[in-house]
Amino acid sequence: MAEARPRVDGGTPALSCRDLCVGYGAHVVIKSLSIGFLPGLWTSIVGPNGCGKSTLLRALAGLEPARSGTILLQDRALSSWPRRERARRVAWLAQTSAVTDLTATEVVALGRFAHSGWLAHRQDEDEAAMYRAMMATGSLAWAHRRLSTLSGGERQRVHLARTLAVEASVMLLDEPTTHLDPPHQEDIVRLLREQARGCSVSVVSAIHDLSLALAADRIVVLGYRGLVGHGTIAEALAGNWLSAAFETPVNVVEHGGAHLWRPSLEPPSHSIERSVP
Amino acid sequence: MSATRPLPLDLGAGQRSARARHRMLVWVFCCLAITVLLAFGSLIVGTSSIETSLGWLLKPDAESSVVLWQIRLPRTLGAWLAGALLGLGGGIAQGVFRNPLAEPYLLGTASGAALGVTITLIAADASFEGLAWAARLGVTGAACIGAAAATLLTVSLSRGVLQTRSLLLSGVVVAFLLGSITQLLVLSRPEIWRTMQSFIFGSTGFLSWSSTELLGVAFCVSVVPAVLLARGLDALTLGEDTAQSLGLSLPLLRLTLLGIVSLASATAVGQIGVVGFVGLIAPHIVRETLSVNHRQLLIGAPLCGGALLQAADLLSRWVIRPSELPVGAVTACLGGSYLIFLLWRRSRRG
Repeated sequence: MAEARPRVDGGTPALSCRDLCVGYGAHVVIKSLSIGFLPGLWTSIVGPNGCGKSTLLRALAGLEPARSGTILLQDRALSSWPRRERARRVAWLAQTSAVTDLTATEVVALGRFAHSGWLAHRQDEDEAAMYRAMMATGSLAWAHRRLSTLSGGERQRVHLARTLAVEASVMLLDEPTTHLDPPHQEDIVRLLREQARGCSVSVVSAIHDLSLALAADRIVVLGYRGLVGHGTIAEALAGNWLSAAFETPVNVVEHGGAHLWRPSLEPPSHSIERSVP
Repeated sequence: MSATRPLPLDLGAGQRSARARHRMLVWVFCCLAITVLLAFGSLIVGTSSIETSLGWLLKPDAESSVVLWQIRLPRTLGAWLAGALLGLGGGIAQGVFRNPLAEPYLLGTASGAALGVTITLIAADASFEGLAWAARLGVTGAACIGAAAATLLTVSLSRGVLQTRSLLLSGVVVAFLLGSITQLLVLSRPEIWRTMQSFIFGSTGFLSWSSTELLGVAFCVSVVPAVLLARGLDALTLGEDTAQSLGLSLPLLRLTLLGIVSLASATAVGQIGVVGFVGLIAPHIVRETLSVNHRQLLIGAPLCGGALLQAADLLSRWVIRPSELPVGAVTACLGGSYLIFLLWRRSRRG
């Protein structure tokens, strides 16, 4: 364990958890985890399948009840926020992008639900937020098409636009780059960084692609036994957290200032025995 | 994303959404026009021995005007309102359960309402025909309780709300069970057997001004909150978690909407008996003819349901005239075939 207490390098975290435990039935997925997410930083969560990335994001979004421990949103317990107030501050993107017969504009407008409420009377600021979000994700071209007629990648960008349209101070994204082709993955990653740097949003994303994950400002590495480490990319690489989490050597090369994952095609010298729970 | 890409801009006030609004208006107009035509037909066709025609309708004599005002007009209006309530109930149920086959009849809601009505009538030793306003209100209240209880039973039997087949199956089981209890109760009272039999099959023949007024009130009370809450159903199409993350309270939303479904279908059942499938077909027709969000669906489904029940009512009086079929039998024939078609199409699509 690289760290046991919330990492706070100056400033208060927008969202933090302390001794968080989450689980389903008898299976405890997250065990006493303490992390803080600072505004203006993009954090990526990486780890092997089933280590609890999605569960952590869901818990932080208030969708999964905590067994024990606390989650604080702007120094106030997440569960004590009124529903709509909370939804204005924390946006969440699901791993699977739902297929619906609504048009892209209608879906993005739902992102403004916490602001505009039941009557769906859109103010100028709602329209502006929707426009910015759709512009940023490049989904304006399908503004009036139904989601069921779009491709997986196009749909994903509409859902991302909906998440952006909330204009929340914390964005929790579960695999935002799935279904996207490489140029669009690039766009999304650039967008996440812009959101963090330009709009002081705490962006937290689970990303499978290690090269993309390593482009973030901070990284949270989860293994099957819990948190391996939370810190800067340099710290993660120096401490070899990725290899520890995946329980196999993970090669990362540096190229032109970027960190890239290099798949090794040699057969592993050691036997592959992983501690799958 | 790339700022260089040409962007066809316009949100909200653009041409396309204006076209969509125009389409909706045309659709509503067509639906209303069909309704008016059916209403004229329904006023002219009837079981009375009077020779009827459009001329008769415009210049009724004393006897005819009693038939027209006291029998046919409330029946026509009431049939539309009952159909509208069933269409609304079906539209909401399909949204809440995210299941295109959900509707008051297949969920057991209608059977629960019918059982409520039967128990009240037997307990009060009254007949379904010619109830006074207050008695009718009481019967409708009992129908509401029965409807809500049956809906809850179906939902808890299917363990949650999302499994399409299991929801349908438990709905049919609950409908069958409650229907049998109703039949047994009715059989124990031979003096009301005839009336109750046509109640169980569904008939617009019971409609009077008092029941029409009751239907009208229930329609206003249920359609307004339903349309206001339509955005929640839209959000629900994105998945429960996403809807919750957008700031919705799902339990509250579901409870309110199922309450409206119970009220709407119970009021309809309380006046015309068990009429199935209108709630299934009406939202489907709206979706097939108009690409819609839930607000438009919950406006369109009642309009469509009203016209459907009017058409079925007209058909039930016309096919074997001067006698008449129970309207529930007509909707069951039409709706049952449509359900088979839907299931066949779904299985073909995989």
